[in-house]
Amino acid sequence: MSENWSIDPELRVEHLTMRFGGLTAIGDLSFDAGRKQITALIGPNGAGKTTVFNCITGFYKPTEGMIIHRHPGGREFLLERMDDFRITQHSKVARTFQNIRLFGGMTVLENLLVAQHNVLMRASGYTIGGLLGSGHFKKREAEAIELAKYWLGKTGLVDRADDAAGDLPYGAQRRLEIARAMCTRPRLLCLDEPAAGLNPRESEELNRLLISIRDEHSMAILLIEHDMSVVMGISDHIVVLDYGRKISDGTPNHVKNDPAVIRAYLGVEDEQEEPIAQKLVAEGLKVHEKEGPAPRKPTQRTTSAARKGTRK
Amino acid sequence: MAAAAKETTFKADSRSLSPAEIAKDLAGAGIITLLLLTPIVFYKTIMNQGTLLLDTRLKLVLSLTAAVVIGRLLLHLFVWQRAPRAGTAKIAAPAATDWRETVVKWIVPVLLLIAILLPWVVQLIPGWERRGLGIAIYIMSYIMLAWGLNIVVGLAGLLDLGYVAFYAVGAYAYALLTTIYFPLWFGDGIIPWTFYLVLPLAGFLAAMWGVILGFPVLRLRGDYLAIVTLAFGEIIRLVLINWFSFTKGPQGINVPKATFFGLPFADEPGSFADFFGLEYNRLHFFFFIYYTILILSIVTYVATNRLRRLPVGRAWEALREDEIACRALGINTTSTKLTAFAIGAMFGGFAGSFFAARQGFVSPESFVYIESALVLAIVVLGGLGSQLGIVFAAVLIMGSFELFRELGFLQRILPEGVEPVQFRMLCVGLAMVLMMRWRPRGLVTRRDPTVYLKEKKAVSADLVSQGHG
Repeated sequence: MSENWSIDPELRVEHLTMRFGGLTAIGDLSFDAGRKQITALIGPNGAGKTTVFNCITGFYKPTEGMIIHRHPGGREFLLERMDDFRITQHSKVARTFQNIRLFGGMTVLENLLVAQHNVLMRASGYTIGGLLGSGHFKKREAEAIELAKYWLGKTGLVDRADDAAGDLPYGAQRRLEIARAMCTRPRLLCLDEPAAGLNPRESEELNRLLISIRDEHSMAILLIEHDMSVVMGISDHIVVLDYGRKISDGTPNHVKNDPAVIRAYLGVEDEQEEPIAQKLVAEGLKVHEKEGPAPRKPTQRTTSAARKGTRK
Repeated sequence: MAAAAKETTFKADSRSLSPAEIAKDLAGAGIITLLLLTPIVFYKTIMNQGTLLLDTRLKLVLSLTAAVVIGRLLLHLFVWQRAPRAGTAKIAAPAATDWRETVVKWIVPVLLLIAILLPWVVQLIPGWERRGLGIAIYIMSYIMLAWGLNIVVGLAGLLDLGYVAFYAVGAYAYALLTTIYFPLWFGDGIIPWTFYLVLPLAGFLAAMWGVILGFPVLRLRGDYLAIVTLAFGEIIRLVLINWFSFTKGPQGINVPKATFFGLPFADEPGSFADFFGLEYNRLHFFFFIYYTILILSIVTYVATNRLRRLPVGRAWEALREDEIACRALGINTTSTKLTAFAIGAMFGGFAGSFFAARQGFVSPESFVYIESALVLAIVVLGGLGSQLGIVFAAVLIMGSFELFRELGFLQRILPEGVEPVQFRMLCVGLAMVLMMRWRPRGLVTRRDPTVYLKEKKAVSADLVSQGHG
């Protein structure tokens, strides 16, 4: 099955293996993430999704395999050979964290300026020009604040710009983390459970934000998520992991009907698959299949209620 | 002091006056005090071998008047600005924040003014002309050291227990360059000028040592970092003691004291006093030294404040908040940590060089661990990252140290062999325990944001991380 994401992928993961001592967290994983597409990485807890992210963003060095980030101009970066901060700096991969990692004691605006560190550092003449009050740096800083304002507007945080990041409510912190990642001007955005802990209205807003990032900014997004309303609603492509191995890869519709996926999520015997799948239909998981993302509201409640049970 | 006490009743209900009104009020208060003090304090009768003489005490009158005026100014700024109690809660709430904002706005200029005037005010107190200046210099050098350490510990969140090593590097750089290398390279004529030439060099050398220390400890955090920096401080001291051929070991090195742009402070032709046609006075040197350390401290303060507003300073603070997030944002944490170590060390080097030029003598004895601990205590007590808090903490800790030296009179009531001076560490330690009980985040617990969109809101210390080492 050669889908459009394989033709000219933004990110190509090939035979990725990550072993911690005797434990194989990821085994021979290969997948592509298309340009201007949202690729979701799903799977039960402990399937190795966050490990994949840590390999892509350089926090772990993979035991085997290649991770290739292909820029549109034809430049390629072998991420498995780069330091974590260089991946963000040169290859333009930004990420968020499952447990939010903001600079809590700094204001929202400061968080967004720290994200533009490398640009500003160069503009400030590696501090010396800035210390002497260079006009060039002031201009660049004003531009950086403009960019920060733009993303604050997109995430609905303009009014909280001067508050400490640690003071924000949970949902706003999640959005701020996305805004901060976007301020690094990335090509590929990796989001680790952006909808965790959000209420239905907030995850609806998140969906809209991610779609606008993809469409208006021509970004590739890689997403780990348990909230099926988010995953099914916005993904172009889904990769399913279980015990570190890929068990399914395709469009949302394909994945939803894949017996291997249902088995992994619900852990049933083969002969019981059919009734369980029917039960899922009854719960509304399949609403999107026929009508697309528009009537999402009824699904949300059931899926987020189900989420409470399945998440740790 | 009856006059001063009476004074406070004078228009005590003045509230939220304009600066012009305050000035008028202060002038009035000063004149009244002068009028009252002239008959009461100005004249003093002295019995001199049977004859009664009249002595005048102008200095005392002036200092008391100054005390009243300054006290009244402080009352205006900090106490009487409060909204009237009778007001409704609605009015009182914004007024309360106004009061705080006034303090924040005025405290730095007021403290600067006090620091500039301090040596002259001290001259008005009989018996304290030299001692007062000495204490002021002493406290000011600790303020500067603590401001330097604040960059490493307060901003970047890297716990450094060996800061005194950089102080030692600065002091020995001054001593060795002045006594051996500069005369060797440039001839003896250079000696009066060495202070100005060595000062930047000492800062540079200390910064280099900061990087040298920084490299091996980059991967360490928290307790481990603290232990390694502690060891580093001890290594520098032990090298200074044992490398006799280079440092003269425990004997120490006598160095020429600082000069006023080449003019030495001495009772001889060609000296500072001679050049300006003044009568030689040992206090000239103390005045000069005080203003030198004041200027160095102001440079440290201003530079640190500017650095905080630059990308590198924001990266330091971000590093303190969350190192992993920093790396995810493409910040090279290695170079960020090294710059923090280097710049913090540089200010330590300046202070060390100043120390040697003031003392005229350096020996390893001056760079023991307790000095690092004291400077760190000042930073922590002041409130991590707060430059203002450090000023208060330094005055409190170093000032109370000096206070214990003045308690000799207690000797009369204390049992034999018990000297108050010996209890100073005990009492300061106790005071610190109590302070940490009541103000666990230090004296000043607000963080000023470095940039704002609409309104500058201070960040509460509860949200600010203390760093992971």
